[in-house]
Amino acid sequence: MMNWIAGIGRSTLSQLSDLGRATLILTQAIFGRSNVGVHWRLTIDQIHVVGVLSLSIIIVSGLFIGMVLGLQGYTILTDYGSEQALGQMVALSLTRELGPVVTALLFAGRAGSALTAEIGLMKATEQLASLEMIGVDPLRRVVAPRFWAGVISLPILSLIFVSVGCLGGALVGVSWLGVDSGSFWSNMQASVDFSDDVFNGIIKSLVFAVVVTWIAVYQGYDLVPTSEGIARATTKTVVYASLAVLGLDFFLTAVMFGEI
Amino acid sequence: MYSRRLELSVGAFVLLGALCLAFLALEVSGLAQTGDTGSYRLSARFDNVAGLTTRAKVSAAGVTVGRVVGIRYDETTAGAIVDMDISQDFAQFSEDTSASILTAGLLGEKYIGLMTGGDPSNLKDGDVIYDTQSAIVLEELIGKFLLNMSSDK
Repeated sequence: MMNWIAGIGRSTLSQLSDLGRATLILTQAIFGRSNVGVHWRLTIDQIHVVGVLSLSIIIVSGLFIGMVLGLQGYTILTDYGSEQALGQMVALSLTRELGPVVTALLFAGRAGSALTAEIGLMKATEQLASLEMIGVDPLRRVVAPRFWAGVISLPILSLIFVSVGCLGGALVGVSWLGVDSGSFWSNMQASVDFSDDVFNGIIKSLVFAVVVTWIAVYQGYDLVPTSEGIARATTKTVVYASLAVLGLDFFLTAVMFGEI
Repeated sequence: MYSRRLELSVGAFVLLGALCLAFLALEVSGLAQTGDTGSYRLSARFDNVAGLTTRAKVSAAGVTVGRVVGIRYDETTAGAIVDMDISQDFAQFSEDTSASILTAGLLGEKYIGLMTGGDPSNLKDGDVIYDTQSAIVLEELIGKFLLNMSSDK
């Protein structure tokens, strides 16, 4: 019994100190004094790795999710004789929910795990320690560019995902199933509001970007430097990031759209 | 050379993002259509606006000429006042224009239809239309129908 209570205490303390270390790493990486010119170049390098190379998976999944939405929405909406509302359904579900959330989940799997593994291997092979030895702060040299690259890339990827998804929905709905193209787009335009739907979606994906990259970077920087440690940290990144995205999404939706 | 290719790809990536934002703004949310091409405000008084929402279409002869921007309760006449922004391109509504609340399809959204009259002078910014036809509330319709059935016997 006593051991059980002590176990709860120990795990709470270790969770708290994890959170503290993660916050410390993030603040040092963001607010630390840095050489802007060099670090800007490093950030661009990382945007290439994290953002540009994720494009293919984002575009393909966006297209297919849009097409599936079109197909499913059509079969349900025809039951009520209102298949012209298909555009509205596809666009609203993509801009409000699916776009930011699915992009963040894919991003956690595609880029987040890679970030963790990369930083983790740097730590395991003592590259981070050597950087420190020659007087370069690894937080600013290694962690900060990766963090900023993630924060910049994810909202852009999310925008691309939503656009491709809408086009995919239009492809299935208008070209294959024969919904009138005019009513498809005009219903969409009448119901989607730029500031309420599109902009709130961007804010959502910005929040997800910060959380996912933060988790990825922290897990990489803080792991046990063994091959097993890297494997566990990579798994943790994907699991924690996905859970955080889904949980935060409910919270953000409640705040943004709850009062409608 | 490698670095230049990399910069190009990142630049293209960011441009693609901007392009998608423009697509979402213009094509998906129709931001340009609700833009400030110049509009004037008309109001209409209805007995009942059940189901009408802000941002609903205002159409004349099936052509969208404006949008509903506000719905409020009018205590003096115990009705609803609907504010509409009508595009400046359609300034030719006569003073005896009538407004009615219509439904797109059987279950579709409600919109306002304007029917222009024969009066030579036109409605101006801030005018109120009193010649209106309210929304059809299905329950009331069924209630009336049932009442007629029982009185016929």
